[in-house]
Amino acid sequence: MEVPDGLRYTADHEWLRSEGDQAVVGITAYAADELGDVVFVELPAVGRKVAAREVFGVIESVKTASDLYCPVAGEIVAINDALTASPELVNSDPHGAGWMIRLRPDDPAAPETLLDADAYRAIIGG
Amino acid sequence: MSEPGSLRRTALVELHRGLGARLIEFGGWEMPVQYTGIIDEHRAVRTAAGLFDLSHMGELWVTGPEAASGLARAIATDPGRLAVGRAHYSMMCAPDGGIIDDLIVYRLGPERFLVVPNASNALVVAAELRQRLAGTDAQLEDATLTTSLIAIQGPRAREILAPLTDVSLDPLRYYAIAAGTAAGVPAHVARTGYTGEDGFELFVAWADGPVVWETLIAAGAPLGLMPCGLGARDTLRLEAGMPLYGNELGRDGTPVEAGLGRVAKLDRGDFVGRDALEANAAAPRKQLVGLVLKDRGIARHGYPVYLPGADVACGDVTSGTMSPTLEVAIAMAYVPPDQAALGTMVDVGIRASRVPAEVVALPFYRRGA
Repeated sequence: MEVPDGLRYTADHEWLRSEGDQAVVGITAYAADELGDVVFVELPAVGRKVAAREVFGVIESVKTASDLYCPVAGEIVAINDALTASPELVNSDPHGAGWMIRLRPDDPAAPETLLDADAYRAIIGG
Repeated sequence: MSEPGSLRRTALVELHRGLGARLIEFGGWEMPVQYTGIIDEHRAVRTAAGLFDLSHMGELWVTGPEAASGLARAIATDPGRLAVGRAHYSMMCAPDGGIIDDLIVYRLGPERFLVVPNASNALVVAAELRQRLAGTDAQLEDATLTTSLIAIQGPRAREILAPLTDVSLDPLRYYAIAAGTAAGVPAHVARTGYTGEDGFELFVAWADGPVVWETLIAAGAPLGLMPCGLGARDTLRLEAGMPLYGNELGRDGTPVEAGLGRVAKLDRGDFVGRDALEANAAAPRKQLVGLVLKDRGIARHGYPVYLPGADVACGDVTSGTMSPTLEVAIAMAYVPPDQAALGTMVDVGIRASRVPAEVVALPFYRRGA
């Protein structure tokens, strides 16, 4: 199971990639695999402020709908429009083209409080 | 034999594990929900062929001089009207008209019938049928745990199966059944299925399930045959407008309310629930309809259905998904009978939103259309 080293992770199976004063968020390969074929992703409006662990959207597979939890508090600055027409990107490239939101964290140090790749690997038993 | 309280497993469970299947609990059995992915498996059935392990379903043999008349009083159809080698779709109703199960009845002889209930209701149907046949000259044998059932479904199913069975498939019409061999073992070959495609269901002895499965996989894989799980089985039957017990059918509904009044014909002798069904036909409480969502969103089981602008739900979704074939969100739902006309617009409650949907005719998908 792919767990890229340069990312941060949550126990809810989201990843976060810091890019300067912004962060990109998506779900991990483990979560995508658990979900199965993704058929629908509901993302928030740009400009919305979300709290840490607040539900920012919903991801639906053929069989289920699951909430998406924001890893750190911040303001949404962009969402991945490609997921509207191609939700399957979450399955095929969960850490890259399947990204979901870009936000500006309220606290620039917050991402470092998240799990690193080794800690996340331990959680998923890999 | 498994311990009481634990999950049952079919004779093919190790084959499923070997194919990388994800297994879930269904109707008291451990069954594959998917192998490679629900959408890939669904598309394989629509374009080539899919193979399904359905050994969890029930098989009840009803035999004897009063098998036909006994069944005709016990269920909502009259199997005595079937020619030998033919089958029909039926339901078992409670005295109040509520649906206990939907089933297929096959006629294998003048006094020999095979009743196939759903896995989740197999024990209930067997017990109820035994009770309803008591005092008649008919015997019931429950062969559920001694029968493996494998289905091959899709436009290439006939091509794949034909060289592997001594049953002539071209003369075998839809809803017909014949005895013979398949993959070298004794089998009943039925041209029935739950996908909306052409296909066959093979009833074999429990221990013969693996050889039938492996022979079909080996012969069919080069032609595009894929193993398919319960996930794809559900999306396929939903596209084909077929009801699922526990979603569209249950004790709180009748055949007429489910749009299947033609199954429970009232112009014949008495059967369990007949009088209640006659009263219900004149005053149904709800009507099952097909819905296509007109905006982004997926309707799912249990979501409320509203008339536009209403505060209180008028009905609810029974099944829903993103249709892999049609690429729109489809659903079945119960609405008030006077809101069931084709073209009626409703709103489906999806989390905090209301998504408009249109009442459409079933099925959503028809093969060859």
